Amino acid sequence: MAALAESLGRNGAAHDGAGRAADAERLARGLGWFSLGLGLAELLAPRGVARIAGAGEGHTGLIRLYGLREIASGLAIFAQGRRPAAAVWARVAGDALDLATLAVAFVSPKSNKGRVAFATANVLAVTALDVLCAQQFSSNVAANGKEEAPVRKSIVVNSTPEELYQFWHDFENLPRFMRHLESVRVTGGGRSHWVAKAPAGTTVEWDAEITDDRPGELIAWRSLEGADVDNAGSVRFERAPGGRGTIVKVEIDYSPPGGLVGAAVAKLFGEEPAQQVDADLRRFKQVIETGEVVLSDATLPGTGLTEQRPAQPLAASAGR
Amino acid sequence: MRANCWYGKRDVRVEQVPDPKILNRRDAIVKISSTAICGSDLHLYNGFMPTMEQGDILGHEFMGEIVEVGPDVKDRKVGDRVVVSFPISCGNCFFCQQELYSLCENSNPNAWMAEKLFGHSPCGIYGYSHLTGGFAGGQAEYARVPFADVGTLKVPAGMTDEQVLFLSDIFPTGYMGAELCDIKPGDTVAVWGCGPVGQFAMASARLLGAERVVGIDRFPERLAMARAGAGASDTINYEERNTYDALMELTGGRGPDACVDAVGLEAHGGHGLVYAYDRVKQALMAETDRPIALREAIMACRNGGTVSVIGVYGGLIDKFPMGSFMNRSLTMRTGQCHVQRYWKKLLGHIERGEIDPGFVITHRMALDEAPQGFDLFSNKEDDCIKIVLKP
Repeated sequence: MAALAESLGRNGAAHDGAGRAADAERLARGLGWFSLGLGLAELLAPRGVARIAGAGEGHTGLIRLYGLREIASGLAIFAQGRRPAAAVWARVAGDALDLATLAVAFVSPKSNKGRVAFATANVLAVTALDVLCAQQFSSNVAANGKEEAPVRKSIVVNSTPEELYQFWHDFENLPRFMRHLESVRVTGGGRSHWVAKAPAGTTVEWDAEITDDRPGELIAWRSLEGADVDNAGSVRFERAPGGRGTIVKVEIDYSPPGGLVGAAVAKLFGEEPAQQVDADLRRFKQVIETGEVVLSDATLPGTGLTEQRPAQPLAASAGR
Repeated sequence: MRANCWYGKRDVRVEQVPDPKILNRRDAIVKISSTAICGSDLHLYNGFMPTMEQGDILGHEFMGEIVEVGPDVKDRKVGDRVVVSFPISCGNCFFCQQELYSLCENSNPNAWMAEKLFGHSPCGIYGYSHLTGGFAGGQAEYARVPFADVGTLKVPAGMTDEQVLFLSDIFPTGYMGAELCDIKPGDTVAVWGCGPVGQFAMASARLLGAERVVGIDRFPERLAMARAGAGASDTINYEERNTYDALMELTGGRGPDACVDAVGLEAHGGHGLVYAYDRVKQALMAETDRPIALREAIMACRNGGTVSVIGVYGGLIDKFPMGSFMNRSLTMRTGQCHVQRYWKKLLGHIERGEIDPGFVITHRMALDEAPQGFDLFSNKEDDCIKIVLKP
């Protein structure tokens, strides 16, 4: 699998994502300590804080409250573990409150305008850091190397590796069990043209080529440049122990290098990519073992993967 | 057609719905002549099973005449009179080939849902929530039967509906409950729950050679049926006597060789406080199932004995007596019934007159009366034990 990922050029991208995630995590920890320090200062020495910020000394109660808020958001950052997006966004909200308070102080006749301006500049700088950090946590693609990993699923099918390889190798069979594929047309020379259904009755299309092909064992493919959705995949066929059929292992990668668009494709369908691949494999097994995809009243074609119709027959006029 | 549809907790309605159609090439359409309300339907009725949708057609015990077959149905034809098995099974997968039909890997299109709750998915089941596939059920005038060659049993001419209807579920389920006990001549088998499945478990324990069969329940009419219909040698009304004490007295303190839980997740009884504890935890969703019968069965079973669980559980239980179970070398065996594995053999018992499954029927109603039937059965009113509906 590692060799395959490398051949698809995936490892470099994963490292970049992981590196960014580690940076964001370090930044969050820094912000957490900053929150705790400032919060303790506000709580224990409100007069000093007020003096530095240029506010009058009559607001110690309010500053102590803000100190409690800082401590709470600092603790929240540490409590939320490796990806404290919510806690960092809470810090951003706190920054907004600080800035509003400073604005009120600025127009107050009792304040020292220069010091208020200096404090405001400092808060703005911290706010910028908070927003940057929160955005990195909230963006799956940019900050989290893990979620970029290819989807891997496997299933046992009552058949031989050779027969399953044959079936899969004819890519025109794939729409029989891959729910979102409308058609695959083999265009020759190891190449094929894929059309997939997208939301709102639209389609996305791409050309793909076979990148590795070992009869009875493995097929790997990837989309060619100019694809609507960059993607790559592989399927392996391994004889199960005890002659109990074949273990089919699929790896699908929606975001090979150069294409962040692809990462969004599964989300486009409102589904988790892993669940989508899992369901496709289950249908593959049904087609091989029983001859076709098994339907129930609640899961007719056209209903989404997770949505359900009531378990009663569909009216004839409604069509399918 | 008319069908009995689920609309919410204690709310079922007979409504006009579209007729079923062939959806897969191995389907058949059956015009239903008899259908029944199962005790496990009450778990849906009382709102204990998740993943129900408004409008779901209920019912998984039914039979009738094939009126249409798909192009890939081989051994069934229009006009065949058949009983339908509640498990939907493909006949081709690893489990079907081992006759573990209720574990079919291909018949549940919503397997992903069951995997989230159970880790792995069982087979598809008619009218039994979306977790088991979202298949329309058989409390209706017609039903679509997938994999018709595997999921139907041809009824020999001359046999009545009431003789064979229960081959769809409760007779094989009770039989499997007894078979899992690995009964040897001279064994004592205790059965918790004298509902229809418990009745068939007792009758089957007799067929399999148990010398002493003990029925445990709180309704006198059910205990009477256990003695008169199912051949129980002894019965215990747990509202009158402590079950454990009564069983120890019967067995000289050793305990029954095997114990069958034919109750499942909505058990009653036990110590009043224990029942209240489980009822409250269930209401708060802290546990989904009340395992009172199961706990008693484990505690009462003899050292080295077998506990057979055929009552339905849906989720999590609390206070499982693992110490008793482990230290006393007990075995637990369980499962949704692999109906197709047993029904030909059981049809033979019926044909030879060794058992008449009709003995459990207490009520016969029209399909349109299904809502009253559910209410009656759920409240155990009018000595109701088993209701057969006629579309």
